[in-house]
Amino acid sequence: MFNMVKQTSGSVKKTVAVALLAAALSGCATSGNQKDPVEGFNRAMFSFNEGLDAVIIKPVAQGYDAVMPSPVRTGVTNFFGNIADFFIGVNNLLQGKPTEAASDIGRVLVNSTIGLLGVIDVASNMGMEKHEEDFGQTFGRWGVGDGAYVVVPVFGPRTVRDTAGLVLDVAADPVAHVDHVPTRNSLLVLRVVDTRADMLPADKVIEEAALDKYAYVRDGYLQRRRNLIHDGNAPREKAD
Amino acid sequence: MKRGLLGLLAGVVFFALPVFANDMAPDVLVKNVTSEVLDIVRKDKDIQSGNTKKSIELVDAKVLPHFNFKRMTQLALGREARKTTPEQLTVLAEEFKTLLVRTYAKALTEFRNQEVIFKPFKMEAADTDAKVRTEIRQSGGKPVPMDYYLEKLSSGWKVYDMEVGGVSLVTNYRSSFSQEIQANGIDGLIRSLQAKNKSTETVQKAK
Repeated sequence: MFNMVKQTSGSVKKTVAVALLAAALSGCATSGNQKDPVEGFNRAMFSFNEGLDAVIIKPVAQGYDAVMPSPVRTGVTNFFGNIADFFIGVNNLLQGKPTEAASDIGRVLVNSTIGLLGVIDVASNMGMEKHEEDFGQTFGRWGVGDGAYVVVPVFGPRTVRDTAGLVLDVAADPVAHVDHVPTRNSLLVLRVVDTRADMLPADKVIEEAALDKYAYVRDGYLQRRRNLIHDGNAPREKAD
Repeated sequence: MKRGLLGLLAGVVFFALPVFANDMAPDVLVKNVTSEVLDIVRKDKDIQSGNTKKSIELVDAKVLPHFNFKRMTQLALGREARKTTPEQLTVLAEEFKTLLVRTYAKALTEFRNQEVIFKPFKMEAADTDAKVRTEIRQSGGKPVPMDYYLEKLSSGWKVYDMEVGGVSLVTNYRSSFSQEIQANGIDGLIRSLQAKNKSTETVQKAK
């Protein structure tokens, strides 16, 4: 067991070292993509995150996926989804969408009670649809431009604007404010693992699709954010 | 009289046959193909356990005839499309088709208990371009929108773009394509697509 921990931390160190070396080497190698002025740094951070994922997060998520029965998985995802719904509501309010905000808060009330602390998503069955909002999107709605694409260590793809949003998202995160530290840490870890496990199927498809995984993930992220800010009704980009 | 009858016969042969595909409205086409393919996937244990070869055969037979890969390739190339010769475009479209079919087939092997909902569809009779909206619902997750863009050709409605959660599976390649073209030209892009297709082929064989 100790051996394994040692080995793992060894690989992490190695990954960090490789990533930093790659960053130093490719620091000036930019391809001139307007949205990605710090591509050299981003590519290095991307491979660092990929390494971290391959060594720790993905194997744990795969184990979790294999062991947990599907209803339990859904329950865990719903539980964290319910906690997230409150600030999704706040963000909808900040974006001037009171109807959506009311529905989000309604979801929290219904799911926290009838839905047994959020484990069962009763609200979706009642027709209160789950939304996806965060502070980065709220800034986007307010007209803040997205700025350069950046790959944030551990958290992954963002833009400058979404990184600012991420800081607020983390500050407002109810799970991070649980007083009992062991409970808080267990919840944070469980949430990371559960979120990662939900993404396992998409993983394989991206590997199959991407010519250059870095660029595929970057462009997918930028398209996805654009779509989210327009709540799914983004105008179609020009053909060329 | 005889000529008139022949003409009538020719008319029946030439026009009556393709009428089925031509006449099918875009939303009906998407619905039929999706339902048919997913029904097969739900029953096929091999595909569910990750048999990509079988899944590719399914996509080749049922989905491929309704896609316009030339248009998809042009869309993915963006303004770089002007730099291609017709021959290069044909080769590119062929390689891009292989890549997209494999991706689609891979996604099918990951399909479990999701449910596909078809959103209300509206179009004018004269429209030659349409967007068919569907939604993939799964327990414990937010529904994922999946939209199909179709254009009307003489051979019927053909899909030229697909968006999953707002991410186009076609234009998502645009910047990596143009980066490759700027570095190594159109032929460089063809080579890297061929290499990519070959590498996934080997992986599949090894499995």
